[in-house]
This record gives sequence, structure tokens and C-alpha cells, in this order.
Amino acid sequence: MHNLIDIQNQVPIYTAKDFESDQEVRWCPGCGDYSILKSVQKILPQIGKSKEDTVFVSGIGCSSRFPYYIDTYGLHSIHGRAFSVATGLKISRPELDVWVITGDGDGLSIGGNHLIHTCRRNPNLNILLFNNEIYGLTKGQHSPTSSQGQVTKSSPLGNIDTPFNPLLLTLGAGASFVARTADRFPAHMQQTLLKAAKYKGCSFVEIYQNCNIFNDGAFETFTDKESKDQYSIFIEHGKPLRFGVNNEWSIVLKNMEPCIVATSEIQEGEEWIHNQENKNLALLIAQFAQNPLFPRPFGVLYSVERECYENLFAMTPKIVEEEKLDKLIAGKFNWIV
Amino acid sequence: MLQKEIESVIIKFAGDSGDGMQVSGSLFTSTTAIYGNDLSTFPDFPAEIRAPAGTVAGVSGFQIRFGSSLVHTPGDECDVLVAMNAAALKSNLSSVAPQGIIIANSSGFDSKNLRLAGYQADDLPLEQAEKMGFKVLNLDLSKVSKETLLGEKISTKELERGKNMVALGLVCWMFNRNLDQVLELTKQRFAKNPAWAEWNQRLVKAGWNFGETIELFHERYQVNAASLPSGKYRGVSGNEALALGLVAASHKAGLQLFLGAYPITPASDILHELAKLKHLGANTFMAEDEIAAITSAIGVSYGGNLGVTASSGPGIALKTEAIGLAVMLELPLVICNIQRGGPSTGMPTKTEQADLFQAIFGRNGECELIVVAPGTPKECFDIAFQAVKLSVEHMTPVMLLSDGYIANGAEPWKFPSMKNLAQITPPIAEAIPYKPYLRDGNLVRKWAFPGMKDMQHRIGGIEKEDITGNISYDPLNHHKMVYLRKEKVAKVAKSIPPQLILQGPQKGKILVIGWGSTKGAITSAVETAHKAGIEVSQIHIQYLHPFPENLGDILSSFEYILIPELNTGQLAFILKANFQIHPICFNKVQGKPFFAKEIFDKLIEINQNA
Ligand code: SF4
Repeated sequence: MHNLIDIQNQVPIYTAKDFESDQEVRWCPGCGDYSILKSVQKILPQIGKSKEDTVFVSGIGCSSRFPYYIDTYGLHSIHGRAFSVATGLKISRPELDVWVITGDGDGLSIGGNHLIHTCRRNPNLNILLFNNEIYGLTKGQHSPTSSQGQVTKSSPLGNIDTPFNPLLLTLGAGASFVARTADRFPAHMQQTLLKAAKYKGCSFVEIYQNCNIFNDGAFETFTDKESKDQYSIFIEHGKPLRFGVNNEWSIVLKNMEPCIVATSEIQEGEEWIHNQENKNLALLIAQFAQNPLFPRPFGVLYSVERECYENLFAMTPKIVEEEKLDKLIAGKFNWIV
Repeated sequence: MLQKEIESVIIKFAGDSGDGMQVSGSLFTSTTAIYGNDLSTFPDFPAEIRAPAGTVAGVSGFQIRFGSSLVHTPGDECDVLVAMNAAALKSNLSSVAPQGIIIANSSGFDSKNLRLAGYQADDLPLEQAEKMGFKVLNLDLSKVSKETLLGEKISTKELERGKNMVALGLVCWMFNRNLDQVLELTKQRFAKNPAWAEWNQRLVKAGWNFGETIELFHERYQVNAASLPSGKYRGVSGNEALALGLVAASHKAGLQLFLGAYPITPASDILHELAKLKHLGANTFMAEDEIAAITSAIGVSYGGNLGVTASSGPGIALKTEAIGLAVMLELPLVICNIQRGGPSTGMPTKTEQADLFQAIFGRNGECELIVVAPGTPKECFDIAFQAVKLSVEHMTPVMLLSDGYIANGAEPWKFPSMKNLAQITPPIAEAIPYKPYLRDGNLVRKWAFPGMKDMQHRIGGIEKEDITGNISYDPLNHHKMVYLRKEKVAKVAKSIPPQLILQGPQKGKILVIGWGSTKGAITSAVETAHKAGIEVSQIHIQYLHPFPENLGDILSSFEYILIPELNTGQLAFILKANFQIHPICFNKVQGKPFFAKEIFDKLIEINQNA
């Protein structure tokens, strides 16, 4: 029982522990999902929503077990459909804080259609896509984000499919909040998730998540202490695009073409200051992943204000007077016998 | 002039889809309804959206049957065919009754129209029809239209377009309708444009006068008012009635109505009807596909409101996995299947009742739900209302099976008043600690949804432990849960009305069993059989899963059981499996409804052999 109440939001003051459910967490030991779960439990008390007004909706896959471990309302739906279940829930109950937990198979393969339509509609959902570049629960098939040539159980001769770039895909579909973080960056993840949660609209966050059983080390270069400074770039609104152990590298635009230059050699006015409201630039940053020479971007690529779908949908109020319905049932043309 | 009294008549207005046949038909229907006849109508739209004018593919029709006694179907063969052009004649000639009247608009039979309709240049289809024994009236309705509107500021093309209203006036004269009434209805119909209203009234009058002056008619017909139960009536199509039933029921349940839908023939009208009713509590969401349509509805039901989805067979197939989820979640959800000809894309605009197996069995695992089916357009209201009531009160999905024939067909409806409709009581959770899968005497679980304090819980499509709802792969628990869900649906039999015998004795020699849209044809056939002295009883099953509790007793009270179905025998198969009966199946899978005569002939055959 809580004695303390957050006056501003009229909800109890929670700790991360309040969001732990009584269910035993059943991911493989060492799975990246644990760190995501912890981060979410940590930030939930900071959002200002009560437990009963918070809902986690998931599809199918390792990631989709997530709702069972959080002491809020939870719905573990079917493969790929969490987006549309959550859309129905959110537009009919706009006051709820609704989260969608999905994975690369669930959200980009079987649920790809719903994902793009959710992005364009913009209901106020927080979508967390755990990307481990593999199918985990079905034991190791190549996913829509597996790299070309990747050898998996379903691609013993190497994956021939070109992978999706989830950030590019969602930006293309019209998403108005797009970000990336990783299981190995808990502080960054918490910051990003908080931004996503506070954003009014559909926020899409791709989370690099290590599947230590079927695709161990998929993101090692970007997340490892030794290499991450060289291979990753943390972008922030209003800050220049810099990376390297001592930020010795910068990315600048030359004729709309991103180029890596030594920070020390940057000319006056040449610096690329990240503007999260510029879609063209967000698209360029999202495409860093297509070029092996470029560092992988983390952070909020794009965030603009846009009308939420639930406001446009405007679910009707419950009470309609019976006389009005009697009139409706009687129709425009009736007669007496 | 002679006035000939007749009991009932079937008229079909047919012409090019741009000829306004639906307008003539619906105005004739309105005036006939007010006149006091019982009636039934069916529109016949071309399958192509913009088929070339004048071709058989572009023919649109409107059939009405009205009478001084009860009318159960739009009728088999028409007594009067109004054919605006050669194509209309060609596509409808085979369904004109022997010695029927054909009113042909002569200017629609010129060489161009003959060619477009696929006749040879030297064909004389009207003369041919006369030789076949039809009474052909070859009249230049286009000319009447032109002359009537001469001098008005309209294009030559539009001058001629009034022929549909001329035809309406003429048919009203033939059948002795109330002219003032028709004129008033015409005025109302075109109320938005007073000039048009006035012109159309003049056209109707011109058609009426035309009938009086030309001396081709030797008699007029009188169809007296039927003795219908007194009250207030309106006309309603099946899809309209279904939409209204959903609105009324969600109101009685105190829930917001949400329809998730994706366009599909012939179910789209439910989306269109409800989309107009946002101000009266109907929320519609056109989803990106059939799966999103149903899963968004499941999200709504999870949130404590009423999720509904509507589609046709192929769309239902796509929704199958999600229906299974709703069965596992044990949430209210109404799934409307407006059946069409199948399989696969099949015949989208044609009628069939071949999705009964799909409704009852079509999911993975042991996955039962309630299945109901209206028999006529107006029954769609009651059955939709019942579907919501059962779904909410028993916390289980309900599948409603309608079809293209009753969805688009229309009939007079003595509509109810809201205050006389039953209350619907959702089993909302109260007790804390909340156990999601703790059940009451009907095995129904309690409904707790987000926002309800201290009742947070997690549920999903994975097998769950009895009472707690936690994930469980325990073998004995699974066995138990499968049986609990099954028995829960079986117990619904206690909440539905007993099976009624609609006609004939309670026990005897022959019983006809139907379900769905065959009701009108079967009812007519059995009435005719009674007149012919054949003893037959009739039941029509609205609750197909579970069946009414007394169904077995009824079945065992008859020697012969006839089951006419617009499929290869799906209900018969299910009844055989459940009740050890040996029915005579009578099947038709042509994308067309039964003719009452076909069923009547079958009854004669059974009676003779019995
Ligand atoms: S299979 Fe991979 S993703 Fe799934 S729980 Fe195990 S480690 Fe995590």
C-alpha cells in the first residue's frame, strides 16, 4: 500500500519494485531482455501513470513474454498483431498509457503491415522493438533484420535476404518519433524510453538486444567497451554529430552527403548539429547503418509533434439518450398499419 | 376497364445501371408498403462497377413481391418485367413467369442496343418473346419522358433519362396504387432539388396518364392490403437491421460499440451503416486488413467495451487465429460473416450458406464459440442483438452468419422500441483479489479491464492455469481448461429460446429444417404444401451452436426430415453427427437462393414416396 501520492498526477509514488509481477522471469540466463525489463521498471515510476492505467501489449516471441513480468495490465496477443490490438485499446481508452512490446520477427515480418499503418496513424503508443536479428523462440531462423550471408538454421548456406533497416522503414511509413538504443546501454536506454514515454504520439524505439543463444554478439562492435566509441555515435538534439574516444571524429554534410572528418579539421559553419525535427536529416542518419564505414547511430533521430490518432478518432461518449436511438430505429420513412 | 383482383404479384424493374431502376423500385416499394401490402424486395446489382452501358453485364434490377397475404421472399419468377433495354430483357427473360407481362421500352431495342446486348442484327427479341407466350407491351417510354420535359433547361440525354419515372407511373397505374401518395414520395425523394422533384412528379404523372390513354391494357390489377399486425413499420435491409441491432444492444449493455472492418462484398454496408452513426455511439475503424480489423476489436473488448468485426468468408478465414485468441481470452466479441459464394474469392456478389463448417469448426485446437444465424432481413436486428447479449453475458465470441441474400434484401419491419428490449449485463469484476479465470455457475469468468484498481493481470493466447490465468503447460490443467471452455459454450443452450415449430403439427410425418436465408422460400413452400393437403412441419434454426435444448426431441418426433441448404449439406452433416438422424438433403450451390417451388416439389416427392 502506498502512502505517498504524486500530487501533480494524482497517482501513488512508485519504485521500480512496484512494477515487478509475481511471475518468474523465464528468459535464458544472460539474455538482453533482462536489462530492458529492468530499465522499463525503472522508468515507469517517472511517467506519472498509475499501474492500473498502464498496459503492455505484446505479440509472439521471446520479447513478447515481457508483459507477464510487469505488474500492470498486460495482454500477450498473437504473432505480429500487438500493434492493432494496442491501437484498438488506445483509441477506445485514450487515458491509458499503452506500450507495445515486439521483436524483429514479430514486428517487421508477420506484423510488418500493422507496424507501418500504426506509424502513419500515430496513436499515442510506445513501441519497443527488441531487435536481436534472429528468431529466438522458434530456435534460430534468420529474421528480417539478419544480415546478408548470416548462417542460421534456416539459412545454412547464408541468408540471401536484404535486411530491413527498422528506423528507415518507420520513418518512411510516417512515424513521428524514431529512436534507437541498446540493452547494453542501460542509462541511455532509460533516457530514450523516458523520452518515448513522454512523447505524445506513436514513439518507435528500436532496442538492440543480444540473443546470447542464437545470435550472440550480433551488436558487439557497437556496444562493447573497447569498440563502441569508434563504431557508435550517440546523437542528441542540438548537439554536433561526434564520435571517437575523445570525440575526435565528426560527421558533416557536404552537398547533402554525410562525410566523416576529423573534428579538429572542421571548418567554421560546417558542423552538423542534430535537429530532431528535420526528417531529411533523420533519414540520412538512419542510413548510416547501410554504410560499414559509418558509426551506428543511437538516440532520438526524429521527433516532431503531430495530432494523435485517438484524438482524431474521438471515441463517442457512452451515453446516448434512448429517444435518439428510437428515432434511428424508426428510420426516415415509416408507416402505420 | 376491368379490375382484376390478385393475391400477390412479382414485378422486376430492369435496365442499365444508369437507368435509375433502384429509384423506381424503391419508390414503388414505399407506396406499396403504405398501401398496406406485405412485401419483400431484392436489388440485383451488376458485378462490375462500370460495365459498358447497354451490355448484359451492366444490367441492374430491382425485384419486389407484394401481396394481400404474407410475403416471405422476393419471389421466384416475375409476373411483370419492366425492361428498359435489350440487355435487361436478355438477362431476365428466363425468370419471367409463363404468360407474364413484359413492358419494353422500345427505344432501348434499337439496332445499337440489340448489338450491345449480344443479339444479332436481324434478331427480334420482343417478337420472339411474344411467340413464347409472354404478353409484350412495346412502349416508347423515352419518348414520353422527352415530351413531358420538353422546354425545360436540361440536356437531351437527361430529357430521355426520366423514362424510369414514366415506368414507375405506368406500373403504379397498372396496380392501382395511390397516385397522390406516389407523387408525394417522389417529392420527398428529390427534396434536395425542388426543380428535379417537380420534373419527376410530372414524369410519374405522365406514366400514369399514359396507362390510362393507350388502349393496350384491358385490365388493371388490384392487390388488396394484407392483414398485418398493427403497429409502426419501416422497410429494412438485412445489413441495416444488423447494424441497428448492434447499436441498440451495445447501448443496452452500457458499452461503447466499436466496429473494426475491412471492405469486402457483401459485408461492407455494415461498415457504411455504422460509419454514419458516430453521433449515436457507433465507432468505426477501417483497418489495414482483416486481421487488424478483428484484433483492434479485441483490443477494444480488452479495454472494457464492445468489439465487433464484420466480413465475409475469405475475410473470416484471415481472422481465424484472432478468433482463437478471443476464445482464449474469454472476452466479448461479435464476428459477423455475411456469406457469399466460395471457396476462395468465389462469387462475391452471389449468395451461399457454405460457411457453417467454418463458423463451427474452422479454428485450430478445441475452439468453440457461439454461432447464430438470422433467417430474414428483419431478423438480423434481433439476432445481432442476441449475439451481443450472449457474447457479453457469457464472455465468449459469437459468430453471426448472414448472407448476401438477406443482407441486401429488404422487407417491412414492425420495429421495436428501445424500452422493450432486454437489458444486457456485463459480468464486471468486483471482488479483490481478482482471479481472471475464476468462473460463475455458467462457467463465465469476470471481466476486469485496465483502469480498474488493484486488478492488474496478464492474459494471452497461451494456455492458462485454471482460476489464476497464469501461463501453464500442465497436461491435466490443459485438459481441464479445454473442457471448461467447451462446457461454457454448451451452457449457453440454457440462455437461448427453445426451438419453435413454425408451421405444422408438433409431431408427424415430415419435418423441414432450415437455417439462414432459406427461411422465406421454405416457409412459402410449406404454406403451399398445406394448401395442397400435405402434412409438413417446419423449423428454422437460429441458434446453430449450441443448439436449443429441445431440438433433439423435435427431430425424433418425425419420420422424414428434409434439410434444404445452399451448400452441399453442412447442417445435415452436423445434425447427423449429433442426433443419429437420416435426413433427406436437398442442396443447391448455384450462387442463387432457393425457389419456393423447388422445395415444394421436393415435399411432394417425399410425400408420394412416404
Ligand atoms: S532465445 Fe535468445 S532472445 Fe530468446 S530468451 Fe534466449 S537469449 Fe533471449
